[in-house]
Amino acid sequence: MSDVLKRVKKIVVEHLDVEAEKVTENASFIDDLGADSLDNVELVMAFEEEFDIEIPDDAAEHIQTVGDAVKFISEKVG
Amino acid sequence: MMFDLTGKTALVTGATGGLGNAIARKLHAQGATVALSGTRENVLQELAGELGERTHVLPCNLSDAEAVDALPRQAAEAMGALDILVANAGITKDQLLMRMKDEDWDTVMRINLESYFRLSRAALRGMMKARWGRIIGITSVVGVTGNPGQTNYCASKAGMIGFSKSLAQEVAARGVTVNCVAPGFIASPMTDALTDDQKAAILTKIPAGDLGSGDDIAAAVVYLASSEAHYVTGQTVHVNGGMAMI
Repeated sequence: MSDVLKRVKKIVVEHLDVEAEKVTENASFIDDLGADSLDNVELVMAFEEEFDIEIPDDAAEHIQTVGDAVKFISEKVG
Repeated sequence: MMFDLTGKTALVTGATGGLGNAIARKLHAQGATVALSGTRENVLQELAGELGERTHVLPCNLSDAEAVDALPRQAAEAMGALDILVANAGITKDQLLMRMKDEDWDTVMRINLESYFRLSRAALRGMMKARWGRIIGITSVVGVTGNPGQTNYCASKAGMIGFSKSLAQEVAARGVTVNCVAPGFIASPMTDALTDDQKAAILTKIPAGDLGSGDDIAAAVVYLASSEAHYVTGQTVHVNGGMAMI
């Protein structure tokens, strides 16, 4: 598992209070993990803090699954 | 004890003023740790010295956007968390609209309304994580009734109410409430300077027959800050002796 995925998973598990096994790359924050729009904003802000990056609003809109987040963050942190 | 704030941490802006002073004292008396903010550091130090333990002094100029953004974080660092934000600081630059300068408008909006937005935004992070938070804006009865000579002030105070209602809806599911307290006519050095005739004229409009005190306002703040008030959000509590019933 990549380092980014590991750290994203940890944040998602803690924030959404879900079991780690459910946080797969294909898992949708809203449909599979029970997030609401406010959770999404909080997750994006937590990612920004964890990885010291900025995620613009239009990019954040496209981050719908755990994999989306990992992909975006991996590209940013290189 | 009802409205027990033991273990809670509160930031009060405008703590150098009469209302802010009364609010800080009452929150502290209920057991909260308080961060006192304002521009005059010596006045804040004096109050902190009087209150003793569980106080922190954080001077801040609310017309400095960066300083305002940083204030909630400084308060959280000083106290370990920030559970309760009381945005109390406010100014007036009264003038009939036809004579109002851009600067009179801008300054009042910046200090009364924009700082409320900045403080709330910065304070929210911790509150959301903690699933508990209280944001309390001190507005004014004239924000609802209007008052000639105060278009800027009334607009800023009405703005605080609209802001609070919107934010309350955004964060209600996280255990964070957002409310306003709207004082009416409160005894202060300003009202002390009025002549007896002027006072009598004001009192004819107040069914309770007297001016309010800082403690009257502080009591409403303590209630809204308490855990007992968890189901109250997006509201404006009017404390005005009946001068406006809204």
